[in-house]
Amino acid sequence: MFSYYLQLGLRSLRRNPVLTGLMIMAIGFGVAASMTTYSVFRATSRDPIPQKSSQLYMTQLDNWGPEHIEKGEPPPALTYKDAIALLNAHKAKRQAITYPVGVSVIPEDPSRLPVREGAYATGSDFFPMFDVPFIQGNGWTREDDDKHASVAVISKSLNDKLFNGGQSVGKQVNLDGRLFRITGVIQDWAPQPLFFDVPNTGGFDEGASVYVPFNRAIDLKLPNDGNNNCVAEPGEGWDNYLRSECIWLSLWSELPSKAEANAYRQYIQGYAATQQAAGRFRWAPNTRVRDVMTWLDVQKVIPPESQVSLLVSLGFLVICLVNTIGLLLAKFMRRAPEIGVRRALGASRRDIYAQFLIEAGTIGVAGGVLGLLLTGLGILGVGLVFPEPIARLATIDPVLILLTLVVAIVASLVAAFYPTWRAAQVQPAWQLKSN
Amino acid sequence: MQIKPILSALRRHKAGTILIALQIALTLAIVCNALFIVHERIDRVNRTTGMDESNVVAIQNRYVGSPSTYVPLMKTDLQTLRSLPGVESAYVTNAYPLRQGGWSTGAQTDPDSTKDGVHTALYFGDEQTLKTLGVRLIAGRNFSSGEVVTVQPQQAPAPPQVIVTQVLAKKLFPDGNALGKVIYLSKGKPSTIIGIVEKLTVPWIDFDEIDNVTIMPVMFNSGYQHFMIRAKPGQQDAVFKAAPAALYASNRMRVLPEKSGVRTFEMVRSRAYEADRGMAILMSVVCGVLLAITAAGIVGLSSFWVGQRRKQIGVRRALGARRSDILSYFMTENFLIALAGVVVGVVLAVGMSQWMFTHFEMKRLSFTYVLVGVVALLGLGQAAVFAPALRASRVSPVEATRSV
Repeated sequence: MFSYYLQLGLRSLRRNPVLTGLMIMAIGFGVAASMTTYSVFRATSRDPIPQKSSQLYMTQLDNWGPEHIEKGEPPPALTYKDAIALLNAHKAKRQAITYPVGVSVIPEDPSRLPVREGAYATGSDFFPMFDVPFIQGNGWTREDDDKHASVAVISKSLNDKLFNGGQSVGKQVNLDGRLFRITGVIQDWAPQPLFFDVPNTGGFDEGASVYVPFNRAIDLKLPNDGNNNCVAEPGEGWDNYLRSECIWLSLWSELPSKAEANAYRQYIQGYAATQQAAGRFRWAPNTRVRDVMTWLDVQKVIPPESQVSLLVSLGFLVICLVNTIGLLLAKFMRRAPEIGVRRALGASRRDIYAQFLIEAGTIGVAGGVLGLLLTGLGILGVGLVFPEPIARLATIDPVLILLTLVVAIVASLVAAFYPTWRAAQVQPAWQLKSN
Repeated sequence: MQIKPILSALRRHKAGTILIALQIALTLAIVCNALFIVHERIDRVNRTTGMDESNVVAIQNRYVGSPSTYVPLMKTDLQTLRSLPGVESAYVTNAYPLRQGGWSTGAQTDPDSTKDGVHTALYFGDEQTLKTLGVRLIAGRNFSSGEVVTVQPQQAPAPPQVIVTQVLAKKLFPDGNALGKVIYLSKGKPSTIIGIVEKLTVPWIDFDEIDNVTIMPVMFNSGYQHFMIRAKPGQQDAVFKAAPAALYASNRMRVLPEKSGVRTFEMVRSRAYEADRGMAILMSVVCGVLLAITAAGIVGLSSFWVGQRRKQIGVRRALGARRSDILSYFMTENFLIALAGVVVGVVLAVGMSQWMFTHFEMKRLSFTYVLVGVVALLGLGQAAVFAPALRASRVSPVEATRSV
């Protein structure tokens, strides 16, 4: 029966090629617009580290006071003295302070020009905490942190540039004239959104290719390459800067269970209370310990452009559906006499439903295929509409292909439901009589 | 024109009528808001910086190595750039309009104030800054080369002389003449306003006070800076190629990043407004396709109605109705449906705008856009129904006598 209805459907669709084309185009455009913008939205709203996002926490505390912050939200980074105090308390399984440093890599080959590379100063816990994938060697050790060792982890692409992809563990990398011993090479690792450095990157960035120990970077006075915010002048010199209330450091902690997270929260609140008692804060403790997804949400990582365009496209899809309902209604009702004859010859309402839903499903499939092609074009054209760091994240994958087809078919079936119901309501007697 | 028979005919086609009206309503809601977004973004993209933007090249530079001071390096580089043929003037700075990154602080008029002050962006420069940017000095004087001071990292820049924009001057000294007055950009360090420029914008495109800028004669001792160059007319391309080559030739220990190292100001502008332009393009495309689909839907459904009523049309024609009567019947019918649609659509459009206002901090839809949308959709409906209506008017009276 299915193939017979399919044939009937195809024949009926061929009878009004313009109307059929209109419906297929409406479904195709609506689905493609929604899917293209959805692919961008999906890329910007995804969980960058799904296996661990609920165990990783960003620490914030208000060291500025209520008059310098907005809506009670503590600053998005920490001062040096707070970050160090919280790190030294060892209240989490793993913890690392991170800040972006500006370094240039000087190749050994003197004929080659120095290259600018993204770099972070951080602790040894950074690598196991964020599951950073190594292809050679390992991260440096906690002893290296304590010894302020001059070590580094580099990315695969930098290893390719400097050592032609060869074994480089134990070799040295020259950063602005200072040598760092390589302990490991990682994959080009840049989870998107770049959750551990949202304040400096906005969440979408190529990531870094060099990591050096935080303690060593402080010794070398490696300047912060990210945002630096001060409410009072820090005073001259590096040491005054470290003592200042300027915020520039991120502290991330791994807390495997909710109980540990709550204990850590209480500890941070207690720390702020002691600062208040000591007279440094003249306000009540105001702290936040947030996991990855909450942090991304609070930092509004998803660009409003992405949300607005997704919404507008969904509205667009709804209009296309309304349009299709109207056209299908016209098409089906025009065949009322035919339906009347079928019903009179013994077809049940179920048969009518089956026949017309199959016909609509065919339009859905065709619309889906057109939608898929247009989505492909749309994703190629995303670069025209969204900035490059976001546009490059929008990709077609099997899930998106499947989703496009499913959305198209479901949409056309939903659109077909009312016209089909009307078709099934046709009174055979009335139709036969009037003609 | 009689409306009553049309209404009673529509009552027989409730579903189709509602669908067309609904489609028009939704289209109006989305098109109004989308066009409003387009307009808003285009307005942003067209904002001026106060600069003469042609013939300006910006070079992002980072010195390699860790010398104790960068000042001699910068001075040598400036010398190199200024002596290039085709270069009119050049200076070194921390930021410039549309760079999307820079330095801001609060300016005070009262040395003892504890409030945040008036926000202003800080641009470092020297006596060639005004000329290179092409901004117009409307009062006071330019810096002299002797006034340039060196500022160390972690030190708040507050030199004895500054030049401010007209807007900032008004905000700092609402009573008038700001020239010669003293402001405090850092506690205890007075800066005298020696000049006022007509207009210059901040580095960020989303800053609330976009015209609050202070220019200061400062050389900032840092390994990271921007060289701004004004090329002589027609020499921009030559300078664009020659400047980085000359810098590398004088000192190799530097990095000019591949992507954003050397840019003309057109490139700076286009990069800064990438997202806005993208949004404007996307919304325009959506509007275009949406209107086309709605028009196509109206054509489709009206054609169907015409086909369904051929016999009735024939009867009317046989009873003496003229072609124009039939034509105007269908046009009026569409107009009534569209009218119902736009009434609902206006409510939807305002609701949608209100929702976006609260969720995305967007501006509220202006009434002009609603009005334009209403007229556009009524017009679209009339245009779309015209062909089917014309076909209806050509139905011959003979149809009345034919049975199907």
